Amino acid sequence: MRATVSALIRKDLRLERRSFESVPAMLMFSVSTFVLFHFGLDRGSLEGDLAAGVLWVTVLLASVLGMNRLFVAEQEQGGFDGFLMAPVDRTALFVAKAVVLFCFLVAVELVAVPAFVILLLEPGPGQALPELLAVLLLADAGIAVVGTLVGALGVQTRARDLIVPLIALPLLVPVVIAAAEASSPLFAAGGADPFPGRWLLVLALYDAVFGLLAYAVFDFLLEE
Amino acid sequence: MTFGRGLRALSIASAVLITGAFALVFFYAPNDADQGFIQKIFYVHVPLAIVALCGFVAGGIYGIRHLRSGDRADDLRSYVAIHISLVLAVGVLITGSIWARAAWGHWWVWDEPTLVSFLIVFLLYACYQPLRFSIEDPERQARYASVFAIVAGAFVPLNFMAVRMAESLTHPRVLSTTGGSMPGEMRLTFLVALAGMGCLFVTLWKYELASKSASIQLRSLKRRLAGDDGLAPLTRSAAPQQL
Repeated sequence: MRATVSALIRKDLRLERRSFESVPAMLMFSVSTFVLFHFGLDRGSLEGDLAAGVLWVTVLLASVLGMNRLFVAEQEQGGFDGFLMAPVDRTALFVAKAVVLFCFLVAVELVAVPAFVILLLEPGPGQALPELLAVLLLADAGIAVVGTLVGALGVQTRARDLIVPLIALPLLVPVVIAAAEASSPLFAAGGADPFPGRWLLVLALYDAVFGLLAYAVFDFLLEE
Repeated sequence: MTFGRGLRALSIASAVLITGAFALVFFYAPNDADQGFIQKIFYVHVPLAIVALCGFVAGGIYGIRHLRSGDRADDLRSYVAIHISLVLAVGVLITGSIWARAAWGHWWVWDEPTLVSFLIVFLLYACYQPLRFSIEDPERQARYASVFAIVAGAFVPLNFMAVRMAESLTHPRVLSTTGGSMPGEMRLTFLVALAGMGCLFVTLWKYELASKSASIQLRSLKRRLAGDDGLAPLTRSAAPQQL
């Protein structure tokens, strides 16, 4: 299982490194959205819950782009058939794709969050960086798990580009709620608000529940 | 496949219960001290919401059964449960809006967790039919729809928890106080209305199942009589078309 997963992950990362299909698009989308928010809200700088909302809505919409493309190579170039013929555990594909989507999200945020801080956030996160990192990682895990499931669900349908966001966005509402509530005190101007740790708990619970659920049902999306 | 068994008794029971519930609402239950007459929409709104949510979860449970056994009848049960729950959910949103307008003066109140989480659940399930419609292979359609029903069914309680944590608690907490502050007449009326709505849901569900399976069987009989050439080809549909 471990060898299969790591082989699949290496395959996807190499594919991304050579074709640059997902990460740059997600990144460009995020930065353009920040610019759009600047003009849409007509604000030079954001703080507190407004900043958290802008950041998380942008991350979520950018992640939908990644979900849409996650299984396209498998679908169009026979990767599913090849994988199904190989004598390996089918959930390996789920684990590998979730890890890959997680890596994509981290890669995007490595640039997009600093860009957000420079372009919009006032004051910067400063002391609160470790907490922000924890929120980002937990939320990315949730988005990756749900995104992999929805991506696999959507790629076999005729209207992939429509189905994926329509299903993924309502499913990810709890992630947005928890992540925005957890990060808004980190972006507050006073900086004295206590960090609400229970939202991290909600995120972790969400990750665990949907991780197990997706792990259990993913097999059925692959059968031929 | 006989889905029609017990339909007559069920129909009579739901007609009696619903009529009785409305009689109790108008002639027996007292007017609410704060909100007056408008509070009586509660006897429609809350049972509708509870039954719709239970229907969504039941769709998920039939989805599990379909994936385990591969029985297409379970997919049909799951589909019909979600379909009817969606219709009820529209009713929930409308009655909830009317109640919010009368009680708080706004058609829509965002800091009200139950309404908001219900809207999110509704938006999610509204994608169920488009998802089914966009998959042509009937076997895959059933399988994918079951996966969706399971995930969405598990999402319902989690979503309610998250939204409730995020918002202030202004929605009347009727259910948690069922044993406490709700007077006996109100509780009785509410329970009758809830039983009536549940009965109505099961009745509609069985009617729809019986109708769907009858037309599927009719089609297969026609095929045996006339052969494949004598039949109009199946049009694409979100509903299961084979058993």
